[in-house]
Amino acid sequence: MIPVAFDYEKVKTVEEAIAALSGDDLKILAGGHSLIPAMKLRLSRPGKLIDIGGITALKDIKEEDGEIVIGAGATHADIMYHNLIRTHLPFFTEGAATIGDMQVRNWGTIGGSLAHADPAADWPAMVLAADATIEMQGVKGRRNIKATEFFTGLFATVLEPNELITAVRIAIPPDGTKSTYQKFAQPASRFALAACAVMRFPDGRTNIAFTGVGDHAFRDTGAEQAISGKAIDDASVEAAMLAALQNVDVMSDHYASEPYRRHLSKVYLKKALMAVKS
Amino acid sequence: MSTRINVTVNGLQYSHMVEPRLLLVNYLRDVLRLTGTHVGCDTSSCGACTIHVNGKATKCCTLLAVQADGCEITTIEGLSHNGELHPLQEGFNECHGLQCGFCTPGMIMMAADLLQHNPQPTEESIRHALEGNFCRCTGYQNIVKSVQYAAEKMKMSEAVH
Ligand SMILES: Cc1cc2nc3c(=O)[nH]c(=O)nc-3n(C[C@H](O)[C@H](O)[C@H](O)COP(=O)(O)OP(=O)(O)OC[C@H]3O[C@@H](n4cnc5c(N)ncnc54)[C@H](O)[C@@H]3O)c2cc1C
Repeated sequence: MIPVAFDYEKVKTVEEAIAALSGDDLKILAGGHSLIPAMKLRLSRPGKLIDIGGITALKDIKEEDGEIVIGAGATHADIMYHNLIRTHLPFFTEGAATIGDMQVRNWGTIGGSLAHADPAADWPAMVLAADATIEMQGVKGRRNIKATEFFTGLFATVLEPNELITAVRIAIPPDGTKSTYQKFAQPASRFALAACAVMRFPDGRTNIAFTGVGDHAFRDTGAEQAISGKAIDDASVEAAMLAALQNVDVMSDHYASEPYRRHLSKVYLKKALMAVKS
Repeated sequence: MSTRINVTVNGLQYSHMVEPRLLLVNYLRDVLRLTGTHVGCDTSSCGACTIHVNGKATKCCTLLAVQADGCEITTIEGLSHNGELHPLQEGFNECHGLQCGFCTPGMIMMAADLLQHNPQPTEESIRHALEGNFCRCTGYQNIVKSVQYAAEKMKMSEAVH
């Protein structure tokens, strides 16, 4: 399968990328592991690709002012192997290892995954549970937005057409914070049929996010309220499962019907809560 | 519009004008005539097209040749040295790690990436690493054994040196 012909420009810096992005009918190319398959199927036919894969500044993973900063161009594998991530955000290490396969992890980037906003992608749930901030830059300048406000629908985000995600920022969680990513993977594609990311702080505050369940990843405030500040035991887990997925339009497809997926999600919520139980 | 790319493939340097839409796998097979890299599913699922780009296992049916500009590429043809098979190639031969052989180049290139990161993998980590490589003949048992054979052999030759 061969994509429709297109023009191509490789940029070296974010500034070059922003300048190149001022035209119409163009798309950013990062790892290409969502975009190229779509272009091969001719579901996507951009007139021009701006390749940001060569912007080394976007690949950095570092600690800065009490935050972990992950460059948008860091691959799933870069994140999975990084010691800073393993130390402070162990569920990112755990979750990254479940994305696709090794070859995909070597090319796919966190920025690409967030921008693409596949309803079953893994990073969206993890960054939501980590209460991350997404850093963006475009012709109009820079802006930061909370992950909770970033995803707006099926493959839809607040990104402007000519705007670049530059980094993901996460406040370093206090010592004693526990986190987990529990995913039921579609056996062929490895995308989540349902997955639950949980971050539980020492004071009992609990962030809970789902992916693969609705048309976009989301924080489940009902389940969070049911478990936050309480000891994790049979009764509180039961209460959280009951409270979860209220007012959520659960997807139904040929892999999983709506009732099955709803049930699976709650089972994965339970697994996740048991995993962060102290 | 064509773009110039410069790549090193199996130690040799190449420079070509290519169309941006040319997939890396087609560049290797049709331009360089390195047909050891196979196109299986052509949808990045099966792993038959796995090669190394800058040392990292890559499904090159899902990469544009222009993305590999400036990169070092190794294909299955570049794995043996001076006519001597790589321990993984030997392992697949010794342990009957293939039947039809279509998936084998990709399996070997993925396993080579694994052994770089993890020279003594457990059976579980071998299976996890080969998740993106499909074989429709062997049932995987002998593929896992072939990788274990290679890991063992590489450990022995380390010990000798
Ligand atoms: C076989 C296979 C299995 C997979 N399995 C999984 C899985 O289990 N879980 C999972 O989460 N994902 C999975 N993926 C998707 C994979 O993780 C993608 O790599 C990722 O979703 C997109 O990242 P990319 O860098 O490849 O982006 P690209 O494909 O390059 O781009 C995707 C989209 O994002 C835009 N974009 C890219 N970078 C930026 C940026 N910095 N700023 C703004 N826009 C940007 C592009 O314009 C494009 O629209 C799989 C992919 C394959 C091929």
